[in-house]
Amino acid sequence: MSPQTSPVIEIKGLKKSFGNNHVLDGFNLELFEGENLVVMGKSGSGKSVMIKCIVGLVEADAGKINVLGQDMSNLDEEELDYLRTEVGFLFQGSALYDSMTVRQNLEFPLRRHVRKFGVIHDATPLVMDALESVGLAETIDMMPDELSGGMKRRIALARTLILQPKVILYDEPTTGLDPITAKEIISLIQTIQVKYKTSSIIITHDIDCARIIADRMILLIDGVNYVEGTFDALSKSTDPNVCAFFK
Amino acid sequence: MFKAILNNTRSFFIETGQFSYFAGRFFRNAFSRPFEFREFIRQCYAIGNRSLLLVAVTGFIIGLVFTLQSRPTLQEFGAVSWMPSMVSISIIREIGPIITALICAGRVGSGIGAELGSMRVSEQIDSMEVSGTNPFRYLVVTRIWAATIMLPILVLFGDAIAIYGSFLVEYFKGHVSMQLYYNQVFNSLKFSDLIPATIKTFFFGFAIGLVGCYKGYNCRKGTVGVGIAANTAVVFTSMLLFLIDFIAVFITNIFYYN
Repeated sequence: MSPQTSPVIEIKGLKKSFGNNHVLDGFNLELFEGENLVVMGKSGSGKSVMIKCIVGLVEADAGKINVLGQDMSNLDEEELDYLRTEVGFLFQGSALYDSMTVRQNLEFPLRRHVRKFGVIHDATPLVMDALESVGLAETIDMMPDELSGGMKRRIALARTLILQPKVILYDEPTTGLDPITAKEIISLIQTIQVKYKTSSIIITHDIDCARIIADRMILLIDGVNYVEGTFDALSKSTDPNVCAFFK
Repeated sequence: MFKAILNNTRSFFIETGQFSYFAGRFFRNAFSRPFEFREFIRQCYAIGNRSLLLVAVTGFIIGLVFTLQSRPTLQEFGAVSWMPSMVSISIIREIGPIITALICAGRVGSGIGAELGSMRVSEQIDSMEVSGTNPFRYLVVTRIWAATIMLPILVLFGDAIAIYGSFLVEYFKGHVSMQLYYNQVFNSLKFSDLIPATIKTFFFGFAIGLVGCYKGYNCRKGTVGVGIAANTAVVFTSMLLFLIDFIAVFITNIFYYN
Protein backbone atom coordinates (compact mmCIF):
# COMPACT_ATOMS: atom_id res chain seq x y z
CA MET A 1 0.00 0.00 0.00
CA SER A 2 1.30 3.43 -0.84
CA PRO A 3 -1.01 6.23 0.31
CA GLN A 4 1.59 8.77 -0.85
CA THR A 5 0.83 7.99 -4.49
CA SER A 6 -2.36 9.06 -6.24
CA PRO A 7 -5.27 6.66 -5.62
CA VAL A 8 -6.21 4.07 -8.25
CA ILE A 9 -9.86 4.67 -7.42
CA GLU A 10 -11.19 7.90 -6.01
CA ILE A 11 -14.84 8.58 -5.22
CA LYS A 12 -16.02 12.01 -4.13
CA GLY A 13 -19.51 12.93 -2.97
CA LEU A 14 -21.22 9.90 -4.53
CA LYS A 15 -25.01 10.10 -4.38
CA LYS A 16 -27.53 7.51 -5.50
CA SER A 17 -31.23 7.25 -4.72
CA PHE A 18 -33.89 4.75 -5.68
CA GLY A 19 -37.14 6.68 -5.44
CA ASN A 20 -37.23 8.17 -1.96
CA ASN A 21 -34.57 5.79 -0.69
CA HIS A 22 -31.28 7.74 -0.56
CA VAL A 23 -28.83 4.86 -0.60
CA LEU A 24 -25.62 6.83 -1.03
CA ASP A 25 -25.56 10.39 0.21
CA GLY A 26 -22.13 11.88 -0.38
CA PHE A 27 -19.92 8.81 -0.08
CA ASN A 28 -16.14 9.26 -0.42
CA LEU A 29 -13.47 6.63 -0.98
CA GLU A 30 -9.83 6.35 -1.96
CA LEU A 31 -8.17 3.08 -2.90
CA PHE A 32 -4.39 3.07 -3.21
CA GLU A 33 -2.17 0.78 -5.24
CA GLY A 34 -1.71 -2.66 -3.70
CA GLU A 35 -4.24 -1.96 -0.97
CA ASN A 36 -7.05 -4.21 0.31
CA LEU A 37 -9.87 -1.94 1.33
CA VAL A 38 -12.80 -3.57 3.09
CA VAL A 39 -16.18 -1.83 3.05
CA MET A 40 -18.68 -2.98 5.65
CA GLY A 41 -22.22 -1.88 6.26
CA LYS A 42 -25.67 -3.19 6.99
CA SER A 43 -27.68 -4.96 4.28
CA GLY A 44 -29.19 -2.39 1.94
CA SER A 45 -26.72 0.28 2.99
CA GLY A 46 -25.52 0.72 -0.60
CA LYS A 47 -22.21 -1.17 -0.61
CA SER A 48 -22.97 -3.16 -3.75
CA VAL A 49 -24.50 -0.10 -5.41
CA MET A 50 -21.27 1.78 -4.72
CA ILE A 51 -19.02 -0.78 -6.45
CA LYS A 52 -21.50 -1.10 -9.30
CA CYS A 53 -21.18 2.66 -9.78
CA ILE A 54 -17.41 2.21 -10.08
CA VAL A 55 -17.77 -0.10 -13.10
CA GLY A 56 -20.66 1.83 -14.61
CA LEU A 57 -23.32 -0.82 -13.99
CA VAL A 58 -25.31 1.69 -11.97
CA GLU A 59 -25.39 5.33 -12.91
CA ALA A 60 -24.69 7.70 -10.02
CA ASP A 61 -27.01 10.66 -9.42
CA ALA A 62 -24.13 12.91 -8.38
CA GLY A 63 -20.47 12.79 -7.45
CA LYS A 64 -17.14 12.05 -9.12
CA ILE A 65 -15.69 8.62 -9.76
CA ASN A 66 -12.11 8.48 -10.93
CA VAL A 67 -10.73 5.07 -11.90
CA LEU A 68 -7.06 4.65 -12.82
CA GLY A 69 -6.84 8.35 -13.57
CA GLN A 70 -9.93 8.45 -15.76
CA ASP A 71 -13.14 10.27 -14.95
CA MET A 72 -15.93 7.70 -15.45
CA SER A 73 -18.43 10.33 -16.53
CA ASN A 74 -16.30 11.35 -19.53
CA LEU A 75 -15.76 7.92 -21.09
CA ASP A 76 -17.36 6.80 -24.33
CA GLU A 77 -18.52 3.20 -24.78
CA GLU A 78 -15.20 1.94 -26.16
CA GLU A 79 -13.12 3.62 -23.47
CA LEU A 80 -15.44 2.29 -20.77
CA ASP A 81 -15.13 -1.25 -22.16
CA TYR A 82 -11.34 -0.93 -22.13
CA LEU A 83 -11.31 0.44 -18.60
CA ARG A 84 -13.49 -2.48 -17.51
CA THR A 85 -10.70 -4.88 -18.47
CA GLU A 86 -8.56 -3.13 -15.85
CA VAL A 87 -11.22 -3.45 -13.14
CA GLY A 88 -12.30 -7.00 -12.33
CA PHE A 89 -15.60 -7.65 -10.59
CA LEU A 90 -16.44 -10.77 -8.60
CA PHE A 91 -20.19 -11.10 -8.22
CA GLN A 92 -21.80 -12.36 -5.06
CA GLY A 93 -23.54 -15.20 -6.91
CA SER A 94 -20.50 -15.92 -9.11
CA ALA A 95 -22.58 -15.15 -12.25
CA LEU A 96 -21.02 -17.89 -14.36
CA TYR A 97 -22.60 -18.25 -17.81
CA ASP A 98 -24.56 -21.42 -17.26
CA SER A 99 -24.82 -22.38 -20.93
CA MET A 100 -21.03 -22.42 -21.32
CA THR A 101 -18.30 -24.73 -20.05
CA VAL A 102 -15.66 -23.42 -17.67
CA ARG A 103 -13.27 -22.99 -20.60
CA GLN A 104 -15.84 -20.96 -22.57
CA ASN A 105 -16.62 -18.90 -19.46
CA LEU A 106 -12.98 -17.91 -19.22
CA GLU A 107 -12.48 -17.41 -22.96
CA PHE A 108 -15.57 -15.22 -23.27
CA PRO A 109 -14.13 -12.00 -21.79
CA LEU A 110 -11.03 -12.29 -24.00
CA ARG A 111 -13.00 -12.19 -27.23
CA ARG A 112 -13.43 -8.45 -27.55
CA HIS A 113 -10.20 -7.12 -26.16
CA VAL A 114 -7.86 -7.17 -29.11
CA ARG A 115 -6.58 -3.74 -28.01
CA LYS A 116 -5.26 -5.21 -24.78
CA PHE A 117 -4.36 -8.78 -25.74
CA GLY A 118 -3.99 -8.70 -29.52
CA VAL A 119 -5.65 -11.42 -31.63
CA ILE A 120 -5.72 -14.61 -29.59
CA HIS A 121 -5.77 -17.76 -31.73
CA ASP A 122 -5.48 -20.19 -28.84
CA ALA A 123 -6.60 -18.99 -25.43
CA THR A 124 -5.84 -22.31 -23.71
CA PRO A 125 -2.56 -21.20 -22.03
CA LEU A 126 -4.27 -18.09 -20.61
CA VAL A 127 -7.26 -20.14 -19.45
CA MET A 128 -5.05 -22.78 -17.85
CA ASP A 129 -2.94 -20.14 -16.11
CA ALA A 130 -6.04 -18.49 -14.62
CA LEU A 131 -7.50 -21.85 -13.58
CA GLU A 132 -4.23 -22.96 -12.00
CA SER A 133 -4.18 -19.70 -10.03
CA VAL A 134 -7.42 -20.76 -8.36
CA GLY A 135 -6.42 -24.44 -8.17
CA LEU A 136 -9.14 -25.77 -10.46
CA ALA A 137 -7.39 -26.68 -13.71
CA GLU A 138 -9.18 -30.05 -13.82
CA THR A 139 -12.61 -28.40 -14.19
CA ILE A 140 -11.82 -26.86 -17.58
CA ASP A 141 -14.42 -28.86 -19.52
CA MET A 142 -17.09 -28.98 -16.82
CA MET A 143 -20.38 -27.09 -16.85
CA PRO A 144 -21.16 -24.61 -14.03
CA ASP A 145 -24.00 -26.77 -12.69
CA GLU A 146 -21.49 -29.56 -12.01
CA LEU A 147 -19.53 -27.31 -9.63
CA SER A 148 -20.02 -26.61 -5.92
CA GLY A 149 -20.65 -23.08 -4.63
CA GLY A 150 -17.02 -22.64 -3.60
CA MET A 151 -15.75 -23.92 -6.96
CA LYS A 152 -18.06 -21.55 -8.81
CA ARG A 153 -16.69 -18.65 -6.78
CA ARG A 154 -13.12 -19.69 -7.68
CA ILE A 155 -13.95 -20.07 -11.37
CA ALA A 156 -15.59 -16.64 -11.32
CA LEU A 157 -12.38 -15.30 -9.80
CA ALA A 158 -10.36 -17.02 -12.52
CA ARG A 159 -12.61 -15.38 -15.13
CA THR A 160 -11.92 -12.03 -13.50
CA LEU A 161 -8.19 -12.68 -13.45
CA ILE A 162 -7.94 -13.67 -17.09
CA LEU A 163 -8.32 -10.02 -18.12
CA GLN A 164 -5.31 -9.19 -15.92
CA PRO A 165 -7.03 -6.38 -14.02
CA LYS A 166 -5.19 -3.85 -11.88
CA VAL A 167 -8.11 -3.56 -9.47
CA ILE A 168 -10.56 -6.23 -8.33
CA LEU A 169 -13.92 -5.46 -6.73
CA TYR A 170 -15.27 -8.29 -4.59
CA ASP A 171 -18.98 -8.25 -3.81
CA GLU A 172 -19.35 -10.37 -0.68
CA PRO A 173 -16.89 -13.08 -1.77
CA THR A 174 -17.58 -15.41 1.17
CA THR A 175 -21.36 -15.05 1.46
CA GLY A 176 -23.21 -18.36 1.23
CA LEU A 177 -20.09 -20.47 1.73
CA ASP A 178 -19.26 -22.73 4.66
CA PRO A 179 -16.54 -21.43 7.02
CA ILE A 180 -13.79 -23.69 5.60
CA THR A 181 -14.50 -22.77 1.97
CA ALA A 182 -14.82 -19.12 3.00
CA LYS A 183 -11.32 -19.26 4.52
CA GLU A 184 -10.03 -20.85 1.32
CA ILE A 185 -11.49 -18.01 -0.71
CA ILE A 186 -9.99 -15.42 1.65
CA SER A 187 -6.59 -17.08 1.37
CA LEU A 188 -7.00 -17.17 -2.41
CA ILE A 189 -7.76 -13.45 -2.51
CA GLN A 190 -4.54 -12.80 -0.57
CA THR A 191 -2.50 -15.07 -2.84
CA ILE A 192 -3.91 -13.41 -5.94
CA GLN A 193 -3.17 -9.96 -4.61
CA VAL A 194 0.47 -10.90 -4.12
CA LYS A 195 0.78 -12.76 -7.43
CA TYR A 196 -1.00 -10.25 -9.67
CA LYS A 197 -0.22 -7.13 -7.58
CA THR A 198 -3.84 -6.02 -7.63
CA SER A 199 -5.62 -3.47 -5.46
CA SER A 200 -8.98 -4.57 -4.08
CA ILE A 201 -12.21 -3.29 -2.65
CA ILE A 202 -13.91 -6.05 -0.70
CA ILE A 203 -17.54 -5.73 0.30
CA THR A 204 -18.27 -8.10 3.14
CA HIS A 205 -20.31 -8.83 6.26
CA ASP A 206 -17.79 -11.47 7.32
CA ILE A 207 -15.79 -10.07 10.23
CA ASP A 208 -13.18 -12.87 9.96
CA CYS A 209 -12.69 -12.02 6.32
CA ALA A 210 -12.23 -8.35 7.20
CA ARG A 211 -9.77 -9.15 10.00
CA ILE A 212 -7.56 -11.30 7.78
CA ILE A 213 -7.69 -9.29 4.59
CA ALA A 214 -8.19 -5.60 5.38
CA ASP A 215 -5.35 -3.12 5.15
CA ARG A 216 -7.96 -0.47 5.83
CA MET A 217 -11.71 -0.47 6.45
CA ILE A 218 -14.64 1.83 5.81
CA LEU A 219 -17.96 1.53 7.60
CA LEU A 220 -20.78 2.67 5.35
CA ILE A 221 -23.68 3.94 7.44
CA ASP A 222 -26.55 6.17 6.28
CA GLY A 223 -25.02 6.57 2.83
CA VAL A 224 -21.72 8.04 3.99
CA ASN A 225 -18.36 6.69 5.11
CA TYR A 226 -19.11 6.82 8.81
CA VAL A 227 -15.64 5.87 9.93
CA GLU A 228 -12.36 4.71 8.37
CA GLY A 229 -9.31 2.99 9.82
CA THR A 230 -7.49 -0.29 10.29
CA PHE A 231 -9.31 -3.34 11.61
CA ASP A 232 -7.56 -3.05 14.96
CA ALA A 233 -8.41 0.61 15.35
CA LEU A 234 -12.08 0.13 14.49
CA SER A 235 -12.47 -2.97 16.61
CA LYS A 236 -11.37 -0.95 19.66
CA SER A 237 -13.80 1.88 18.93
CA THR A 238 -16.29 2.78 21.63
CA ASP A 239 -18.82 4.21 19.16
CA PRO A 240 -21.93 2.01 19.49
CA ASN A 241 -22.55 2.13 15.70
CA VAL A 242 -19.05 0.78 15.10
CA CYS A 243 -19.09 -1.68 17.98
CA ALA A 244 -22.25 -3.27 16.54
CA PHE A 245 -20.22 -4.64 13.63
CA PHE A 246 -17.51 -6.19 15.81
CA LYS A 247 -19.67 -7.94 18.44
CA MET B 1 -60.00 5.75 -10.10
CA PHE B 2 -58.81 8.73 -12.14
CA LYS B 3 -55.35 8.42 -10.55
CA ALA B 4 -55.18 4.73 -11.48
CA ILE B 5 -56.06 5.51 -15.10
CA LEU B 6 -53.45 8.26 -15.13
CA ASN B 7 -50.79 5.93 -13.70
CA ASN B 8 -51.65 3.19 -16.20
CA THR B 9 -51.50 5.66 -19.08
CA ARG B 10 -48.15 6.97 -17.89
CA SER B 11 -46.81 3.39 -17.50
CA PHE B 12 -48.00 2.60 -21.02
CA PHE B 13 -46.13 5.55 -22.52
CA ILE B 14 -43.00 4.84 -20.48
CA GLU B 15 -43.07 1.18 -21.60
CA THR B 16 -43.62 2.22 -25.23
CA GLY B 17 -40.71 4.66 -25.00
CA GLN B 18 -38.41 2.04 -23.48
CA PHE B 19 -39.46 -0.51 -26.10
CA SER B 20 -38.77 1.98 -28.91
CA TYR B 21 -35.37 2.80 -27.41
CA PHE B 22 -34.61 -0.93 -27.22
CA ALA B 23 -35.58 -1.38 -30.89
CA GLY B 24 -33.43 1.62 -31.81
CA ARG B 25 -30.51 0.15 -29.92
CA PHE B 26 -30.96 -3.08 -31.91
CA PHE B 27 -30.73 -1.21 -35.22
CA ARG B 28 -27.65 0.71 -34.02
CA ASN B 29 -25.89 -2.57 -33.17
CA ALA B 30 -27.32 -4.83 -35.87
CA PHE B 31 -25.41 -3.44 -38.81
CA SER B 32 -22.07 -2.62 -37.23
CA ARG B 33 -19.02 -4.74 -36.43
CA PRO B 34 -18.13 -6.93 -34.66
CA PHE B 35 -20.76 -9.49 -35.72
CA GLU B 36 -21.35 -12.43 -33.40
CA PHE B 37 -21.71 -14.83 -36.30
CA ARG B 38 -21.13 -18.06 -34.38
CA GLU B 39 -23.75 -17.17 -31.77
CA PHE B 40 -26.15 -16.16 -34.57
CA ILE B 41 -25.78 -19.59 -36.21
CA ARG B 42 -26.25 -21.27 -32.82
CA GLN B 43 -29.44 -19.29 -32.27
CA CYS B 44 -30.75 -20.09 -35.77
CA TYR B 45 -30.26 -23.76 -35.04
CA ALA B 46 -31.84 -23.45 -31.58
CA ILE B 47 -34.86 -21.51 -32.82
CA GLY B 48 -35.41 -23.66 -35.91
CA ASN B 49 -34.80 -26.95 -34.20
CA ARG B 50 -36.83 -25.99 -31.14
CA SER B 51 -39.93 -25.25 -33.21
CA LEU B 52 -39.63 -27.67 -36.14
CA LEU B 53 -41.60 -30.61 -34.73
CA LEU B 54 -44.29 -28.38 -33.25
CA VAL B 55 -44.74 -26.48 -36.52
CA ALA B 56 -44.83 -29.75 -38.47
CA VAL B 57 -47.44 -31.40 -36.23
CA THR B 58 -49.60 -28.28 -36.05
CA GLY B 59 -49.37 -27.66 -39.78
CA PHE B 60 -50.29 -31.25 -40.57
CA ILE B 61 -53.32 -31.21 -38.26
CA ILE B 62 -54.49 -27.84 -39.58
CA GLY B 63 -54.31 -29.17 -43.14
CA LEU B 64 -56.28 -32.26 -42.18
CA VAL B 65 -58.92 -30.48 -40.10
CA PHE B 66 -59.37 -27.59 -42.51
CA THR B 67 -60.03 -29.99 -45.38
CA LEU B 68 -62.29 -32.26 -43.36
CA GLN B 69 -64.35 -29.32 -42.14
CA SER B 70 -64.63 -27.65 -45.56
CA ARG B 71 -65.43 -30.79 -47.53
CA PRO B 72 -69.14 -31.18 -46.64
CA THR B 73 -69.90 -27.54 -47.47
CA LEU B 74 -68.06 -27.68 -50.79
CA GLN B 75 -69.80 -30.97 -51.58
CA GLU B 76 -73.15 -29.32 -50.98
CA PHE B 77 -72.35 -26.77 -53.69
CA GLY B 78 -70.67 -29.34 -55.95
CA ALA B 79 -67.38 -27.51 -55.60
CA VAL B 80 -65.10 -30.19 -54.11
CA SER B 81 -62.76 -29.77 -57.08
CA TRP B 82 -61.97 -26.30 -55.70
CA MET B 83 -60.61 -27.81 -52.51
CA PRO B 84 -56.86 -27.73 -53.42
CA SER B 85 -57.09 -24.10 -54.57
CA MET B 86 -59.05 -22.98 -51.54
CA VAL B 87 -56.87 -24.79 -49.02
CA SER B 88 -53.56 -23.75 -50.55
CA ILE B 89 -54.48 -20.07 -50.92
CA SER B 90 -55.87 -19.90 -47.38
CA ILE B 91 -52.86 -21.60 -45.89
CA ILE B 92 -50.22 -19.71 -47.86
CA ARG B 93 -51.80 -16.28 -47.45
CA GLU B 94 -53.02 -16.34 -43.89
CA ILE B 95 -53.43 -19.48 -41.84
CA GLY B 96 -49.88 -20.81 -42.23
CA PRO B 97 -48.05 -17.57 -41.37
CA ILE B 98 -50.23 -16.52 -38.44
CA ILE B 99 -50.54 -19.96 -36.82
CA THR B 100 -46.81 -20.67 -37.17
CA ALA B 101 -45.99 -17.22 -35.81
CA LEU B 102 -48.28 -17.73 -32.82
CA ILE B 103 -46.71 -21.12 -32.11
CA CYS B 104 -43.24 -19.57 -32.31
CA ALA B 105 -44.34 -16.69 -30.08
CA GLY B 106 -45.23 -19.28 -27.46
CA ARG B 107 -42.23 -21.49 -28.01
CA VAL B 108 -39.42 -19.15 -29.03
CA GLY B 109 -40.57 -15.81 -27.61
CA SER B 110 -41.19 -17.18 -24.13
CA GLY B 111 -37.96 -19.19 -24.32
CA ILE B 112 -35.91 -16.10 -25.13
CA GLY B 113 -37.73 -14.09 -22.44
CA ALA B 114 -37.09 -16.73 -19.79
CA GLU B 115 -33.48 -17.34 -20.83
CA LEU B 116 -32.44 -13.70 -20.88
CA GLY B 117 -34.56 -13.01 -17.79
CA SER B 118 -32.78 -15.66 -15.76
CA MET B 119 -29.43 -14.39 -17.07
CA ARG B 120 -30.39 -10.91 -15.92
CA VAL B 121 -31.49 -11.90 -12.40
CA SER B 122 -28.45 -14.14 -11.89
CA GLU B 123 -26.23 -11.18 -12.91
CA GLN B 124 -24.80 -13.00 -15.94
CA ILE B 125 -25.64 -10.06 -18.19
CA ASP B 126 -24.04 -7.64 -15.71
CA SER B 127 -21.02 -9.90 -15.65
CA MET B 128 -20.70 -9.70 -19.44
CA GLU B 129 -21.04 -5.95 -19.23
CA VAL B 130 -18.32 -5.48 -16.62
CA SER B 131 -15.95 -7.62 -18.68
CA GLY B 132 -16.41 -5.13 -21.51
CA THR B 133 -18.07 -7.56 -23.92
CA ASN B 134 -21.23 -5.85 -25.17
CA PRO B 135 -23.93 -8.32 -24.02
CA PHE B 136 -26.56 -6.55 -26.10
CA ARG B 137 -24.74 -7.44 -29.29
CA TYR B 138 -24.04 -10.99 -28.18
CA LEU B 139 -27.41 -11.89 -26.65
CA VAL B 140 -30.02 -9.60 -28.20
CA VAL B 141 -28.86 -8.82 -31.73
CA THR B 142 -28.12 -12.47 -32.53
CA ARG B 143 -31.48 -13.68 -31.23
CA ILE B 144 -33.52 -11.06 -33.05
CA TRP B 145 -31.68 -11.72 -36.32
CA ALA B 146 -32.08 -15.48 -35.87
CA ALA B 147 -35.83 -15.20 -35.19
CA THR B 148 -36.25 -12.87 -38.20
CA ILE B 149 -34.45 -15.26 -40.54
CA MET B 150 -35.83 -18.54 -39.21
CA LEU B 151 -39.53 -17.70 -39.01
CA PRO B 152 -40.09 -17.46 -42.80
CA ILE B 153 -38.36 -20.82 -43.20
CA LEU B 154 -40.55 -22.37 -40.52
CA VAL B 155 -43.66 -20.86 -42.10
CA LEU B 156 -42.84 -22.26 -45.55
CA PHE B 157 -42.14 -25.63 -43.96
CA GLY B 158 -45.43 -25.48 -42.02
CA ASP B 159 -47.33 -24.47 -45.18
CA ALA B 160 -45.91 -27.43 -47.09
CA ILE B 161 -46.84 -29.87 -44.33
CA ALA B 162 -50.37 -28.40 -44.02
CA ILE B 163 -50.98 -28.75 -47.77
CA TYR B 164 -49.71 -32.32 -47.60
CA GLY B 165 -52.15 -32.99 -44.74
CA SER B 166 -54.94 -31.61 -46.86
CA PHE B 167 -53.86 -33.82 -49.78
CA LEU B 168 -54.06 -36.94 -47.57
CA VAL B 169 -57.73 -36.20 -46.77
CA GLU B 170 -58.50 -35.70 -50.45
CA TYR B 171 -56.56 -38.85 -51.34
CA PHE B 172 -58.44 -41.06 -48.90
CA LYS B 173 -61.88 -39.41 -49.11
CA GLY B 174 -61.98 -38.13 -52.67
CA HIS B 175 -59.50 -40.57 -54.32
CA VAL B 176 -57.59 -37.64 -55.79
CA SER B 177 -54.08 -38.47 -57.02
CA MET B 178 -51.08 -36.58 -55.72
CA GLN B 179 -50.27 -35.23 -59.18
CA LEU B 180 -53.77 -33.89 -59.74
CA TYR B 181 -53.95 -32.38 -56.29
CA TYR B 182 -50.61 -30.60 -56.51
CA ASN B 183 -51.27 -29.50 -60.12
CA GLN B 184 -54.38 -27.73 -58.87
CA VAL B 185 -52.49 -26.25 -55.95
CA PHE B 186 -49.72 -24.78 -58.12
CA ASN B 187 -52.14 -23.64 -60.82
CA SER B 188 -54.14 -21.63 -58.33
CA LEU B 189 -51.21 -20.13 -56.44
CA LYS B 190 -49.66 -16.90 -57.70
CA PHE B 191 -46.57 -15.00 -56.65
CA SER B 192 -48.92 -12.36 -55.34
CA ASP B 193 -50.08 -14.96 -52.81
CA LEU B 194 -46.66 -16.13 -51.74
CA ILE B 195 -44.47 -12.99 -51.77
CA PRO B 196 -46.48 -10.68 -49.47
CA ALA B 197 -47.22 -13.58 -47.13
CA THR B 198 -43.52 -14.41 -46.91
CA ILE B 199 -42.48 -10.79 -46.45
CA LYS B 200 -44.79 -10.37 -43.49
CA THR B 201 -43.27 -13.44 -41.81
CA PHE B 202 -39.93 -11.60 -41.57
CA PHE B 203 -41.76 -8.95 -39.55
CA PHE B 204 -43.43 -11.66 -37.46
CA GLY B 205 -40.02 -13.15 -36.68
CA PHE B 206 -38.58 -9.74 -35.88
CA ALA B 207 -41.48 -9.02 -33.49
CA ILE B 208 -41.06 -12.38 -31.73
CA GLY B 209 -37.32 -11.86 -31.26
CA LEU B 210 -37.61 -8.20 -30.28
CA VAL B 211 -40.35 -8.63 -27.68
CA GLY B 212 -38.79 -11.78 -26.18
CA CYS B 213 -35.42 -10.05 -25.87
CA TYR B 214 -36.92 -6.82 -24.55
CA LYS B 215 -38.88 -8.57 -21.83
CA GLY B 216 -36.00 -10.84 -20.84
CA TYR B 217 -33.22 -8.24 -21.03
CA ASN B 218 -35.15 -5.81 -18.83
CA CYS B 219 -36.37 -8.45 -16.39
CA ARG B 220 -36.42 -7.46 -12.71
CA LYS B 221 -37.85 -8.79 -9.43
CA GLY B 222 -35.95 -12.09 -9.23
CA THR B 223 -37.40 -15.44 -10.22
CA VAL B 224 -40.95 -14.07 -10.24
CA GLY B 225 -39.75 -11.55 -12.80
CA VAL B 226 -38.51 -14.36 -15.05
CA GLY B 227 -41.99 -15.89 -15.13
CA ILE B 228 -43.53 -12.49 -15.82
CA ALA B 229 -41.00 -11.84 -18.59
CA ALA B 230 -41.79 -15.15 -20.32
CA ASN B 231 -45.51 -14.69 -19.92
CA THR B 232 -45.75 -11.07 -21.04
CA ALA B 233 -43.44 -11.82 -23.97
CA VAL B 234 -46.04 -14.26 -25.34
CA VAL B 235 -49.04 -12.01 -24.67
CA PHE B 236 -47.43 -8.87 -26.06
CA THR B 237 -46.03 -10.69 -29.11
CA SER B 238 -49.38 -12.29 -29.92
CA MET B 239 -51.08 -8.89 -29.93
CA LEU B 240 -48.29 -7.43 -32.01
CA LEU B 241 -48.53 -10.29 -34.53
CA PHE B 242 -52.20 -9.60 -35.19
CA LEU B 243 -51.47 -5.90 -35.56
CA ILE B 244 -48.64 -6.57 -38.04
CA ASP B 245 -50.89 -9.04 -39.88
CA PHE B 246 -53.62 -6.46 -40.20
CA ILE B 247 -51.21 -3.84 -41.53
CA ALA B 248 -49.61 -6.36 -43.91
CA VAL B 249 -52.99 -7.46 -45.33
CA PHE B 250 -54.05 -3.82 -45.65
CA ILE B 251 -50.90 -2.92 -47.61
CA THR B 252 -51.10 -6.10 -49.73
CA ASN B 253 -54.66 -5.25 -50.69
CA ILE B 254 -53.58 -1.79 -51.82
CA PHE B 255 -50.73 -3.08 -53.99
CA TYR B 256 -52.06 -6.38 -55.33
CA TYR B 257 -55.81 -6.57 -55.27
CA ASN B 258 -57.06 -3.04 -55.84
